[in-house]
Amino acid sequence: MDDSLLALLESMQLIRAFEEKAGMMYGLRKIGGFCHLYTGQEAVAVGAVSVLDLGRDYVLTGYRDHGHALALGMDPGAIMAELFGKATGVSRGKGGSMHLFDPAKRMLGGNGIVGAQIPVATGVALAQAYRGDGGVTLCFFGDGAFHQGALHESLNLAKVWSLPIVYVVENNQWGMGTNWKRVSSEEDFTLTVAGYGMKGLSCDGMDLASVRGALREAVDRARTAREPCLVEARTYRYKGHSMSDPQKYRSRDDVEEYRKRDPIDALKGRMTDSGELTEARWAEIAARVDAKVEAAVAFAEASPEPASGELYTDVYSSPRAAG
Amino acid sequence: MSVITYREALGRALDEEMARDGRVFLMGEEVGEYDGAYKVSKGLLAKYGPDRVRDTPIAELGFTGAGVGAAIAGLRPVVEWMTHNFALLAMDQVINEAAKMRYMSGGQLSVPIVFRGPNGPAEYLASQHSQSFASFWAHVPGLKVLAPSTPADAYGLLKSAIRDDDPVVFLESEMMYGWKGEVSDQEFLVPFGKAAVARPGRDLTIISFSKPARAALEAADALAGRGIEAEVLDLRSIRPLDEAALYESVRRTGRCVVVDESWPFASVGSHVAYLVSRECFDRLDAPVALVSGEDVPMPYNHALELAAQPLAAKIEAAALRALYREV
Ligand SMILES: Cc1ncc(C[n+]2csc(CCOP(=O)(O)OP(=O)(O)O)c2C)c(N)n1
Repeated sequence: MDDSLLALLESMQLIRAFEEKAGMMYGLRKIGGFCHLYTGQEAVAVGAVSVLDLGRDYVLTGYRDHGHALALGMDPGAIMAELFGKATGVSRGKGGSMHLFDPAKRMLGGNGIVGAQIPVATGVALAQAYRGDGGVTLCFFGDGAFHQGALHESLNLAKVWSLPIVYVVENNQWGMGTNWKRVSSEEDFTLTVAGYGMKGLSCDGMDLASVRGALREAVDRARTAREPCLVEARTYRYKGHSMSDPQKYRSRDDVEEYRKRDPIDALKGRMTDSGELTEARWAEIAARVDAKVEAAVAFAEASPEPASGELYTDVYSSPRAAG
Repeated sequence: MSVITYREALGRALDEEMARDGRVFLMGEEVGEYDGAYKVSKGLLAKYGPDRVRDTPIAELGFTGAGVGAAIAGLRPVVEWMTHNFALLAMDQVINEAAKMRYMSGGQLSVPIVFRGPNGPAEYLASQHSQSFASFWAHVPGLKVLAPSTPADAYGLLKSAIRDDDPVVFLESEMMYGWKGEVSDQEFLVPFGKAAVARPGRDLTIISFSKPARAALEAADALAGRGIEAEVLDLRSIRPLDEAALYESVRRTGRCVVVDESWPFASVGSHVAYLVSRECFDRLDAPVALVSGEDVPMPYNHALELAAQPLAAKIEAAALRALYREV
C-alpha cells in the first residue's frame, strides 16, 4: 500500500508540475487557444483513476483534460507535443489541449462542448454492458455542465438501462465566472440525481483518500450490480477558467483558503507524519517529476510540425470516401 | 464620427435599444456579472439590472427556447450564444420553434428575437470551436441572417434586428470584436438585404461577408498592385440577400469570386455562386469561383489551421485564375 500511495502522490505532483509548465509555455506562445489548467483538482483525477481496472474501464472528460490524461498514464511528452500542435502529439497536432485521446490508455477523449461527453460516455457504458465485459466507464464533467440537458437525459438512460457508469462531477465551484450556487436550483447534486433513482455520493475533492473511498464504492456498484452512480467531488481550481480569465469574480483570499488545503501538501503532510515519506524521498519524487516535465517540453520542442497534407487525413476511414 | 471597435458598436446598439424599449432584454452565459465572455455586454448589468441582463446556466437549449417563448409572449429578447458552436444544442428551438411559429400559426404569432454571438474560426481552437454555421442558419426559411464585418454595420444592423418582428440570427466573430472603424455618433439603422460596396472596381467582383470580407479587401489591395481593380461586395445581410447588387456588379465586371469561410458543400458561398452563374451567365468571361474553408474539420495546429481558411492569398490566386493570369 505504501508504494502505491507514493505512486499516487507522484502522479498528483506530475500533474501539478506539468500544468505549471504548460502555463509557462502558454506565456511563451508555444501553446495557443484555450488551455484549461487542472491545478487544485489533482486528487480527483488521480484518486478516481486509481480505483479503475485499466484493462477494461474507460474514461471520458471535458476540455480540462490534462490531469485525467496524465493520471491514466498517457505519455507527458506526447501530451505536451499535442499542446504544441506537433505531429508527435497524442492527437497528431489536430486536437490540441481540449482534445486528448489515447484509447490504449483507456482515454476516450477530452471534449470542448460543455456536457457533450456525458451522453457519449453513457454509450461507452452501453457497449460495455452489451458485451458483458465487466468494464466500467468514468465520466468527468464540471458543476457548470451539470445543468445541460445532455446530463439529465443521460442519467435517466443510464438508470433505465442499468449501465455500468460513474458520473463524476468535479465541483470546483466555478463555471467560468459563475458560482455554482447561482445557477443550481438544488445545490446538492446528490439530491438531484436521487430524483432519477440514482445513488449519489459526496467526497472531498481536496483529499485523495476521500475521493478514493467514494469512487471505490461507486465503481464497485457499477461493476458488480450494474448500478450507475454519481459522485460529487468538491474541489477548487487555482487558476483562471482558461488562460484569458482575469478572475474578477473571486478574490485572491478565496484561492488562498483552498491552497491551504492543497491536496498534494495534505497527502505529503499525512505521509510524513506517519513516517511513510521522508524529505529525501520527496526530493527524489519531485526531481523525477521535474525531469519528466522537462523531457516532455524538450520532446515537444524537437518534434516536427504536421505535414501540410495532414489537413485532409483522417476525415474519413478511407481517403477515397471524401469524394 | 467616432472610431470604435466592433465590440463597442454592438454594446452601443444593445444599450440604445434597451433604453428605447423596455421589452428588450439580454440573456446568455456570462452576459451579466462577468460583463460578457467577449465583453460585448460590458456595463449593461450595472445599468439595467439582472432582470434585463440575465445570466443563464450553461443550458443552451433551455435558455434559447425560453427566449422564443418570451418573444411570442410579447418581449423582445436578445439571446447571446457564447459562440455559435454551442448553439448547435439549441438548433431545434431556433429551427423548429422560432423559424416556424409565424407560418404554422397561420400568421398569428410573431417571434421578435435576436440570437447572436461569435461564429467561425478564431485561433488555435480546434474543430469543435472553429466552425462557421452561416449556411446552416441561412438554409431555413423563416430566419433572417446577418453577418456584418464593420463596426458601423454591426451597430446599425443589430439595432434593425432588435426592432424586427422576425427571428434574426446574428453572426459575429471573436477575431472581429477588436476591429476598429468609424461609426457616426448620430443614431442610425442599417436596413436588411442591402450589400455594401466595400471597394469599387471594374475588373472582377469579389463577394464575401463577415470576417473574410477583410481578407477579400486585402486580396483586392494585392491585386491593385498588379494593376487589377477588384470590386469587393460585402453582403452584410445573407437572408434577405441583395441579389440585385450582386448581379449588377458581376454583369459589369464579367468575373466573380465568392469567398465564404464555411465548408463548401451546400454553403452560402456555393449558393451565391450558383445564383450569379445562373443570372449572369451570358455576361461571364470565366466560371464563378468559390474560395471556401477547406472541406475538413478545423485542425489545432496553427499552420494547418491557416491553410484551412480562405485567406487573402487564396482569394488573390482565384481572382488571377478568373482573369486567366499567371498565379
Ligand atoms: C455547450 C457549451 N457552452 C458553453 C461553452 C463555453 N464554456 C466552456 S467551459 C465553460 C464553463 C464550464 O464550467 P464547468 O462545467 O463547471 O467546468 P470547469 O471549467 O469548471 O472545469 C463554458 C461556459 C462550451 N464550451 N460549450
